[in-house]
Amino acid sequence: MFAQIREITLMNLQNLSSRLGSSSVIVVGIGGVVAVLVGLLSMATGFSAALNSTGKADRALIMREGSTSEMNGAMSAGQRATIRAMEEVATASGETYVVAAIEKIGTDVPANVVVRGVEPPSFDIRPEVKIIEGRRFEPGRAEIIVGVKAASQFKGLGVGETLKVRDQSWQVVGHFVAGGSVTESEIWADLANVQSAFRRGGTSNTMRVQLVSPEAALKLNKRLREDPRFDLMVRTEREHYAEQSRDRATLINDFGVAVGIIMAIGAVFAALNTMYSAVSSRTVEIATLRALGFSSLPVVVSVMIEAMALALLGGLLGGGLVWLAFDGYTASTLNNASFSQVAFDFAVTGDLLQMGLTWALALGLIGGLFPALRAARLPITTALRGE
Amino acid sequence: MSAAVTCRNLEKQYTKGKEVVPVLTGINLEIEEGDFVALMGPSGSGKTTLLNLIGGLDHPTGGEIEVGGVDLNDMNGRELAKWRSEHVGFIFQFYNLLPVLNAQRNVELPLLLTKLSRKQRAKNAGTALEIVGLADRAKHKPSELSGGQQQRVAIARALVADPSLLVCDEPTGDLDRETADEILGLLQTLNQEYGKTIIMVTHDPLAAERARHVLHMDKGKLVTDAGVEV
Ligand SMILES: Nc1ncnc2c1ncn2[C@@H]1O[C@H](COP(=O)(O)OP(=O)(O)OP(=O)(O)O)[C@@H](O)[C@H]1O
Ligand SMILES: [Mg+2]
Repeated sequence: MFAQIREITLMNLQNLSSRLGSSSVIVVGIGGVVAVLVGLLSMATGFSAALNSTGKADRALIMREGSTSEMNGAMSAGQRATIRAMEEVATASGETYVVAAIEKIGTDVPANVVVRGVEPPSFDIRPEVKIIEGRRFEPGRAEIIVGVKAASQFKGLGVGETLKVRDQSWQVVGHFVAGGSVTESEIWADLANVQSAFRRGGTSNTMRVQLVSPEAALKLNKRLREDPRFDLMVRTEREHYAEQSRDRATLINDFGVAVGIIMAIGAVFAALNTMYSAVSSRTVEIATLRALGFSSLPVVVSVMIEAMALALLGGLLGGGLVWLAFDGYTASTLNNASFSQVAFDFAVTGDLLQMGLTWALALGLIGGLFPALRAARLPITTALRGE
Repeated sequence: MSAAVTCRNLEKQYTKGKEVVPVLTGINLEIEEGDFVALMGPSGSGKTTLLNLIGGLDHPTGGEIEVGGVDLNDMNGRELAKWRSEHVGFIFQFYNLLPVLNAQRNVELPLLLTKLSRKQRAKNAGTALEIVGLADRAKHKPSELSGGQQQRVAIARALVADPSLLVCDEPTGDLDRETADEILGLLQTLNQEYGKTIIMVTHDPLAAERARHVLHMDKGKLVTDAGVEV
């Protein structure tokens, strides 16, 4: 039986070159599916990878336990002082994160802008924040500095202009960059001023800390969670960005799979069609083999192996193409939570390629199965007539 | 001599949807071992259908059929396939060679169903090609052979497993007179020198003359030369 399968399969595969024209539908169709699938998923994979490397491992946010947003949390000045003194903490700064509605340039519609109240150490913790025009705000004065992205998108944020928020007038005294990150879409002001303007008393939402080392994050987290005075947790920036952007990565991933499935359905029909005609053009051949005493199984198996060989070829081409074209290709996206503009590289990993080839083989299997079964079921006498 | 083929009241009908098409309506037939029988008759009279039943390619819908002392009625598809591979050689009008295989490999095909070693298969195929006079064309693909040569390869394929019965459906139907005569000569040799029982469907009276006996069919029945039912 094995010899039968081998011989018939070899024969069919030898036949393949003469049918490459019609078989190319399978190769191209399945190649397309694999290319799109691997392409999109490599985007998701690359995106996740980028997020995992965004932010620093030795910089952390101290947030309310279980919260994912910087908007939550209320840390008193006393609590902040206690934390600042802890041995894992090199520098720490209380921050409050509020939003203000400001009209966007080009529209009359107000949109939310993040206003971040910071203490002076915030600038030390984030050296990427640099003033490019004007100067920093002075503590205790109603002054703000504006990230360059916010300045270009919202009205009235030029240096020297005055912004009215919550019955208070704020003087724009400077513009800053922040290494291209989403911080450039924020407005920064003195923490104490923000607390009073937004009626937060003496509390801040979070603390941003420079740790003594990346390992200190775990220790500090443990210490805070075990301390009954606090209801807080430590999250490194890296963890925080990843959390914030996980939805987007999942979305890209799901989208990739959905598009892959839709294309796969098309490819299956193309494969079915091709294999039906490949098989029907050999109806007499197959019937002759069966007349000679060959059983149906080798016929079925060989047709399926043929379809899967074509599919594999398509998968290799599609996956290889994406790999050549996209691996390491850099793209960027704006994060959902308006958290950051994340630049990332497509990552066409071995796992993805392997998955693409698995899809290809599965499609080939389906595309070959039905024509093979039909060839095997046709009565020999009917098939020999070549109708 | 014993009977190679015995048919008793053999019937075959096809069902197309609800319509029943009777094709063979009661065939009574006995063919001796070592006979060479030509089967003639108008198109659609059921010659191929009868040949297929004798060759074990299909099941009758009525009556009995015994070939080489074996009752084919009771065999399932798998058993029939095995039986065919051991006892029947098929020769078709259009040769039905596999285009990707060379002559040698085409002839070897039936031996893949045996336990013979690769070497033994090659040897037997070579012998069969010698018998049909094509030893020097072993490496040629069917497309590189003439029609007569292709039919010789097909005959070698039918011979290679040494079956006792050869069934031929219009084996010279696609060949010119001269080539047809050569093929018929070859079949006669196989009958006379190798003792093969041969049943050959043909439309060609000259071909039928080469056989030992001629049977006539009409409308699903065997008839005498004069057209009378037997
Ligand atoms: N699989 C089938 N289904 C339905 N009808 C069939 C089938 N096979 C044969 N027939 C019918 O049976 C009849 C006899 O067919 P058969 O092939 O035996 O004739 P034949 O004598 O060999 O004719 P020809 O000389 O043209 O080859 C024809 O009317 C044909 O249409
Ligand atoms: Mg016929």
